[in-house]
Amino acid sequence: MNQFQYVRAVSSKTAVATLAKDPSAKFIAGGTNLIDLMKNGVTAPQKLIDINNLPLAEIKKQANSLYIGALATNSGVADNKLVLQNQPLLAMALNAGASAQLRNVATVGGNMMQRTRCYYFYNTDLPCNKRQPGSGCGALEGINRMHAIFGFSQQCIAVHPSDMCVALAALDATVLVSRPKGDRKILFTDFHRLPGDHPEKDNTLAKDELITGVEIPDNSFGKNIHYLKVRDRASYAFALVSVAAALNIKNGTIKEARLAMGGVAHKPWRLTEAEKALVGKPASEETFKHAAEIAMQGAKGFKYNSFKLKMAPNTIIQALKTASATA
Amino acid sequence: MKKQDFFNLEAVEAMDRVDGRLKVTGAARYSAEFPIPKLTYGVLATSTIASGKIQSLDTKKAERAPGVLAVISHFNAPKIPGYSEGSNPAKGATTKGQPLRIFSDDIIMFYGQPIALVVADTLERAQFAAGQISAQYQKADFQTDFDGNVSHADYPAQAKNRNSTGDYVRGEVDAYKKAPVKIEAEYVIPTEVHNPMELQSIIAVWDAADKVTVYDKTQSLKGAQGTIAQAFKIPAENVQVVATYVGGAFGNALRTWPHEIAAVMAAQKVGRPVKLVVNREQMFTMVGYRPYTWQKVSLGATADGKLVGISHEVIGQTSAYEEFTEGTVNVSKFLYACPNVNTSYKILPLNVSTPTWMRGPGEASGAFALDCAMDELAYQLNLDPIELRLRNHADIDPERNLPWSSKYLKECYQEAAQRIGWFKRNPKPRSMQSEDGMLVGYGMGTGSFSAGRSAATASIQMSADGTYTIQCATTDIGPGTATAMVQIASDVLQVPADKIKFQLGNSSFPKAPSQGGSSTVSTVGSAVTAVCVSLKQKLAALAAGQGESAAVKPADLVFENGKISSKDQSINISYTDVLKKHSLPSLDATEESRAGAERQKYSFYSFSVHFVEVHVHPATGQVRVKRVVSCADAGKIINQKTAGSQVIGGAIGGIGMALMEEAIMDNRFGRYVNNNFADYHVPVHADIPHIDAVFIDKKDPYINPMGSKGVGEISLIGMAAAVANAVFHATGKRVRDLPITPDKLI
Repeated sequence: MNQFQYVRAVSSKTAVATLAKDPSAKFIAGGTNLIDLMKNGVTAPQKLIDINNLPLAEIKKQANSLYIGALATNSGVADNKLVLQNQPLLAMALNAGASAQLRNVATVGGNMMQRTRCYYFYNTDLPCNKRQPGSGCGALEGINRMHAIFGFSQQCIAVHPSDMCVALAALDATVLVSRPKGDRKILFTDFHRLPGDHPEKDNTLAKDELITGVEIPDNSFGKNIHYLKVRDRASYAFALVSVAAALNIKNGTIKEARLAMGGVAHKPWRLTEAEKALVGKPASEETFKHAAEIAMQGAKGFKYNSFKLKMAPNTIIQALKTASATA
Repeated sequence: MKKQDFFNLEAVEAMDRVDGRLKVTGAARYSAEFPIPKLTYGVLATSTIASGKIQSLDTKKAERAPGVLAVISHFNAPKIPGYSEGSNPAKGATTKGQPLRIFSDDIIMFYGQPIALVVADTLERAQFAAGQISAQYQKADFQTDFDGNVSHADYPAQAKNRNSTGDYVRGEVDAYKKAPVKIEAEYVIPTEVHNPMELQSIIAVWDAADKVTVYDKTQSLKGAQGTIAQAFKIPAENVQVVATYVGGAFGNALRTWPHEIAAVMAAQKVGRPVKLVVNREQMFTMVGYRPYTWQKVSLGATADGKLVGISHEVIGQTSAYEEFTEGTVNVSKFLYACPNVNTSYKILPLNVSTPTWMRGPGEASGAFALDCAMDELAYQLNLDPIELRLRNHADIDPERNLPWSSKYLKECYQEAAQRIGWFKRNPKPRSMQSEDGMLVGYGMGTGSFSAGRSAATASIQMSADGTYTIQCATTDIGPGTATAMVQIASDVLQVPADKIKFQLGNSSFPKAPSQGGSSTVSTVGSAVTAVCVSLKQKLAALAAGQGESAAVKPADLVFENGKISSKDQSINISYTDVLKKHSLPSLDATEESRAGAERQKYSFYSFSVHFVEVHVHPATGQVRVKRVVSCADAGKIINQKTAGSQVIGGAIGGIGMALMEEAIMDNRFGRYVNNNFADYHVPVHADIPHIDAVFIDKKDPYINPMGSKGVGEISLIGMAAAVANAVFHATGKRVRDLPITPDKLI
């Protein structure tokens, strides 16, 4: 690990101002990913700006949405009454992520900012365009069992590792951002990006911006939600494939649907076409199978991850079945 | 002395661990935790190529970094005196049979090989400086791909030196081919890493120019002492090895590894104590692993399920510089009665570090293949897997043609089958479903491992206050060795356990072998028994000699509740009063104990069976182990609680082996990509159901005074087969390459 300066921010304003001045500085909140990256030499910030003292941990109900501060911890959100009442899918996704110990310190903002767990990104003497642009993609012809089947480029086939973000993408959340010029909002589905020719950029957050919170619009999915994560062990394992599903079913007919996948792309993979295929149809296995087929259009597997081409639609169907049955 | 029947132990069978409180409160001191004045910290820099030469090493930045005392590499390392002895230092991939001689030349033979050791005044400064070292290499071709190099596998030199292949033949070769019913199947176990919680740790302190103390994580105090003494050419008694507690090891601390020699050398060079703890990543390349192993098992049977022939071929991975062999084919030779058995064991050198024994070791890999094959044969014969095993039960050891010392394997099958409800299942594959729609499967596997006993010495000191201290240079890698020894001593001496202290973990104590191969209770327990008997004889002699009636012979005395008495009550005196009357401040004894002629008359093995119920998600392929029953025939169980914990731990290891564990190599770079605890999966709590650990608990009449055999290995051996067989029953899918991950089941 490199040597670095450590400062504590007293307000969002000073935090972003400090960051703007120093190109190699980084915010630190829970640090559950950043510290690992620093220990492995993947990143070497000269300055860490500790934002834990900022008043951004609140969770509150607003007129048409739920507000969650960026510094709310993963376990704090997952256990929160307002979240459980209004956005149980989010709580379910959070509880599927990491381990209890990590969830106790990891924050909502940090969860969004966590970086891929691609082996080649973590091992500094292996090629990785995300870590070192131009060095090549180690995973493309390497050990790519955990990797993308959607939206990848020749530069990068890594996936975003978050579970929480899959739920937030499905739930049409909005990211609240603070910056020197004032605040702005980013649609959650626009927050993370596809690798294209710049896999070093995970998201659309500018260098001098700070995530302050997320807003999730109210919905009427009720208990017809499910987050299904397929993984190699029962806890503390990243998704091979995960699916966030939410349905609004009236008299057996699907009125509204939200569907997103994790473990398949560089960003939480929202399945809008499949959602459209669900709306107006009976909540039946046949409908779900059809939606899964549409969801999988354009998917492509690599040497070690082609199993996802079957596992992903199976998981979509299973998640929809479970979501529709829990009314 | 009147013959007494020891080891009924009913009163103390579930005694708590003597060190339990120390462990859970953090008071137990592990090797890296000894507070040593003027301590310095070593951090290793390692190679980023798998084969070649170090052309140059830029250590300037590291040397100038704050707090750095030394940067040691082959350019400046003091010569290890013992390295110049015997055969020449390893020169590249062609030399076989020699441990890595650290920092002795520029040759790189595997990825992650130490290239430099930084010593600094703090750990953080040493880590920082180690990161500043850069190496230029002349790269050479390398091979890490097992599957792609199978044709290069060959018999071990050990066998070839004897003008032999080491192949085993009983009866006719490949007799299975002529059998009316036969199966042939190939099985693969990937590289698995021991990954105990405690990292490999050593603190080296030179007490004088030729005298060193090491606080070393080891399963072998005498082994470490000998290796270090040999390396530095100092008398063994000048090397003191301390390992008071060991935080799990599973075999990886049976050897003293090259980097530990480097730590001792560094301490000499900087003139201060050096602590060297390898990091998790280095645990994958510096302290051994279970080798990647390919196996082919062929079984032939008559239509009514009598085995006609077993053929078992194995290729195991080893390093390019050292041969590692293990007993992968062993189980096929004796586990089932079969007139014709042939086995073949080859090794394949690759550009990797040297493997080592990992719990169960080769027998666990072998039993996975053999007991999956038996399951396949059972289905082909339309026989219950237990019935197939009973029809081929080995009533005597078919390999050595000797009677078993004791064997209750049939009782194990019966007990475990009944507990899990084996006969209530529908044996048809993919026929059972749970209420929540999961595919349900039952599977079983058999385990067996040699029940060893070697020589050990123990000493005892009885103090005038009636407390007893026993010493022996064994270790406790977790099974509760000290607890078991206190119980044995308490039983033999007839004094309460809380009056007895058992001290281990120091090479200056009387000698014991390595803690491996499931033989510590057998070996050390026998020495403890012997020394306690010896002490009683001394007490008896003193008591009889000064009794009112000189007619009482020591042999007629009875020992009970800390008292010696004669039948006529002319002698009735407590042990402590014996010392008092003779004005003795203490009474000592030292005894060695070893196995005898019984080893030639009987075949000694422990046995186990494992039964599991798994649930498999039909859509996602996720496997969850829902129930486990493991039943062991390990002779007399000294402590049900600690032995039960060992069985539970072994079962968990077996579940990991079956479903999760795999060090994944990227053969383009010759390195593991998942060398951390997030990506290398071992079971977490959520993966583990209640495990029913059951013991037959019947004495082995011949093995040792206690009648106890080991449980360490057998608790894992056969478990992976049980899980794999259960997955087959649940899904109808036979997965022969471990681990059985969801992608293999959809």
